[in-house]
Amino acid sequence: MRYTQLTDNDLKTILNTIGVRSIDDLFAVIPADQRLKGKLGLPAGLSEMELLAELDRLAAANQACDRQVCFLGAGAYDHYIPTAVDALAGQSSFVTAYTPYQAEASQGSLQAFYEFQTFICQLTGMDVANASLYEGATATAEAVIMARNINRRDKVVVSAGINPDYLRVLRTYFSCLSLELVTCPLRGGLTDMEALSGLADDRTSSVVVQSPNFFGCVEELQKAADLAHRAGGLSIGVFDPIACAILKPPGALGADIAVGEGQPLGIPMSLGGPYLGLLAARQQHLRKMPGRMIGMTSDAAGKPAYTLTLQTREQHIRREKATSNVCTNQGLVALRATVYMALMGRSGLTKVASLCLEKAHYAARQIASLDGYSLRFGAPFFREFVVRTDRDVDSVLEHCRTRSILAGVPLGQWFDDMKDCFLVAVTEKRSKEQIDALADALSRAAR
Amino acid sequence: MTDALKDMDEFRIGSYAPEPLIFEQSGEGKAGVYVPDSDVPPVAPTEAIPAALLRRKEDALPFPEVGEFEVVRHFTRLGSRLFGVDANFYPLGSCTMKYNPKINELAAAMPGFAGLHPYQPVEQTQGILELLYHLRVFLAEIAGLAEVTLQPAAGAHGEMTGLMLIDAYHRSRGEDRPDVLAPSTAHGTNPASCAMCGRGLVTISVRDDGLLDLDHLRANVNERTSALMLTNPNTAGLFDPQMKQIADVLHSKGAQLYMDGANMNAMLGIARPGQFGVDVMHYNTHKTFSTPHGGGGPGSGPVAVAEHLRPFLPVPQVVCLEDGTYAWSDERPKTIGKVRSFYGQIGVLVRAYTYIRGLGPDGLRDLSEKAVLAANYLAARLAKHYHLPYKGPFAHEFILVPQFSEQGVTELDVAKRLLDYGFHPPTMSWPIMHCLMIEPTESESLATLDFFAEAMIRIAGEAAETPHLLHQAPHTTPVRRVDVVNADRKPNHRWRPEGESA
Ligand SMILES: Cc1ncc(COP(=O)(O)O)c(C=O)c1O
Repeated sequence: MRYTQLTDNDLKTILNTIGVRSIDDLFAVIPADQRLKGKLGLPAGLSEMELLAELDRLAAANQACDRQVCFLGAGAYDHYIPTAVDALAGQSSFVTAYTPYQAEASQGSLQAFYEFQTFICQLTGMDVANASLYEGATATAEAVIMARNINRRDKVVVSAGINPDYLRVLRTYFSCLSLELVTCPLRGGLTDMEALSGLADDRTSSVVVQSPNFFGCVEELQKAADLAHRAGGLSIGVFDPIACAILKPPGALGADIAVGEGQPLGIPMSLGGPYLGLLAARQQHLRKMPGRMIGMTSDAAGKPAYTLTLQTREQHIRREKATSNVCTNQGLVALRATVYMALMGRSGLTKVASLCLEKAHYAARQIASLDGYSLRFGAPFFREFVVRTDRDVDSVLEHCRTRSILAGVPLGQWFDDMKDCFLVAVTEKRSKEQIDALADALSRAAR
Repeated sequence: MTDALKDMDEFRIGSYAPEPLIFEQSGEGKAGVYVPDSDVPPVAPTEAIPAALLRRKEDALPFPEVGEFEVVRHFTRLGSRLFGVDANFYPLGSCTMKYNPKINELAAAMPGFAGLHPYQPVEQTQGILELLYHLRVFLAEIAGLAEVTLQPAAGAHGEMTGLMLIDAYHRSRGEDRPDVLAPSTAHGTNPASCAMCGRGLVTISVRDDGLLDLDHLRANVNERTSALMLTNPNTAGLFDPQMKQIADVLHSKGAQLYMDGANMNAMLGIARPGQFGVDVMHYNTHKTFSTPHGGGGPGSGPVAVAEHLRPFLPVPQVVCLEDGTYAWSDERPKTIGKVRSFYGQIGVLVRAYTYIRGLGPDGLRDLSEKAVLAANYLAARLAKHYHLPYKGPFAHEFILVPQFSEQGVTELDVAKRLLDYGFHPPTMSWPIMHCLMIEPTESESLATLDFFAEAMIRIAGEAAETPHLLHQAPHTTPVRRVDVVNADRKPNHRWRPEGESA
């Protein structure tokens, strides 16, 4: 049979050694009425050749972004992935290793994750980072729970500028915990600091602000942090890793915990996962961090070596008192991001970020100059912006698709007051020609 | 090591030499990627964004600058300092380190899957939606339960989701049930997931034979009990024949049975949790369905539920419409909401689908049979040399306890010595003290199983005669035994350039 190497002859040896007559004897402990009679109702197995044909059929029934021009963002971005990322992260030892519990057999992944943690610290301006969480939304939830564990307060204020999908996840997470979630409204696309000042009170555990926020606008994170601190709470900054190359990172703007989605760092969009949860914090919160943390130490001969550390925070030791329930994280995805950041380096990533900014601003100018289109907000933005139109949003986007352009994400699905808006993201991959084609398509969409 | 070798080592020659950190290989002006120049009119960052929100020269991104080939060599060398299933037998109990078929990787990387943005309209993603729809139907069938959500990101995330579903169910009946029960031998994520859901934990005893103490359970189930979390086959590698009784005890008091499905590799096509009276369970596709562990993830933790819990499942759910097309549906008024952004670990789920579709019902049953055979075979071969605290037959894994306290040899020493023989050690010191938990999986040949058994037997001999060999093990790995205590005492979780203080 597929994927097993035991022959009929081997089975005889095995049964003899165990001292049973048939395989069924080994399952006899399961009461007969609880064993499956007959077969599972699944389609019959396929040879590799047939399986590949089936997968090809399914893949061909999708229209991948590389066959179109993609201006979609809203939490997942079409950035360039250098070829070496796949080649290096695809090495079979990295792919098929387990969590590095046995340090001596895992120096390769441990060192890579130590480098990952360092990169994330450099990116965010924070002191310590963990070795990954599931993705951006759950990382944000973990950060809020971490803040609660630090200051034992029970209210969190979340800016309405946060990704609405994240907000939904936060609501789910906190529905079973006695943690009150309050949203802070926006004004002109940015967190309303006056409102925040009223909302952040002596019960407030943390204030969560995303920058650039869901609408692409760059927030004044320092002001939000000051308000959180004035109330005796913590500041959580939700960051974008590409933006951090040119924008002041959360660590330089008063954040106590920084979280983000690492997908832009060389991770395929893959319909939303697997992605990469990033979490970094100030040194004094080290022991409250969720997830795995790799540290540098030495071996018995005094050579530098790496290992899992502070495992007394984790579920396998601390059980219900653990800082989180996370066990399996996103190891291989974190490795991809590490290779990506190593390849890009300072100048590469800075240039990617500058290109995003320039191209997004060019696109915004072109679109805003069209009849029937305008920018919804005047706030500074990085890679993404909201377009308002007096035409029907769905038909505009549909018209662009007939020209193989994915023009943006309609915002009415989340916000009733934005039924006339869509969100446009422009990465370094978009050429001037493509942006001009977008503007042309928009201008020709039916009124 | 001979002196000559030691000498060489100092010059960083040979495979034992430490690999410098990527940050130590940086040189101004090197580049791993050449990013094209802009083709649009220039916009200076300061024109677009207030200066106070921009990095200045002094705080420019402090990333290293390394050439492409150096990066390639660095990560290739790191890859060689790592045990993986492809090269090493990895009998890590509770982790199901089976062969990860190569076609899985090819499938997940197909541009038709990997190149999809989560907000593309469904007309453009019919193929992947069809795949996901069928996968969720397959997983419900394998569990013998009503419906599956593919959203959870890993096993622990599935546990949390399952407990939330149960909580929502109780609340829909006007009940507040604050306690979750779990046996003392439960995996750490079980109690930790209770805490993530704000539930209290009540620990249920396990009998000397390794099975749940039914009397203790009876005494502890009451109107406060939300659910019992139980792994089956359990964490000692034993099928619990009392599952149905356990379910009845819980149900008679309105509580639910949550099954941790980490050990599903023992029963595919043989028994179905639904038949045991299980209400909710999670899978670990990165165990049972061959999606690779990746050095710690990504995994995925689909959750299967019985009929009465369907209304609470997360949204959106992938559905097949009457006209035969596929879509995401948000229509579930009592849903607990979302447990992660977007829809799930799609690339991982593509691999799981590929595996199940390739094997079919016969292949799945065959692999579970062989996984169970392999475990019982190793147990039989090692029974004379090591203490087996529980009696077989075992499911897909078993526990043994090295007893060499006279020589001062612990389970850690045995584990580290196995590295010298080229084997990844079994799971250590859980679920009972001083044990090793061995899970060979269905993937290995008889020759490999025999080689491992012989290594274990030799190690038992070494423990008696040359215990220092074990105390000092491993001897053949890129580093010698790692000082974990010091790593916690003097935390160093990141590199800093010389002269920069924390
Ligand atoms: C019995 C058991 N339950 C739960 C888990 C947690 O699963 P995950 O690591 O995918 O979160 C594991 C594996 O680590 C396990 O072995």
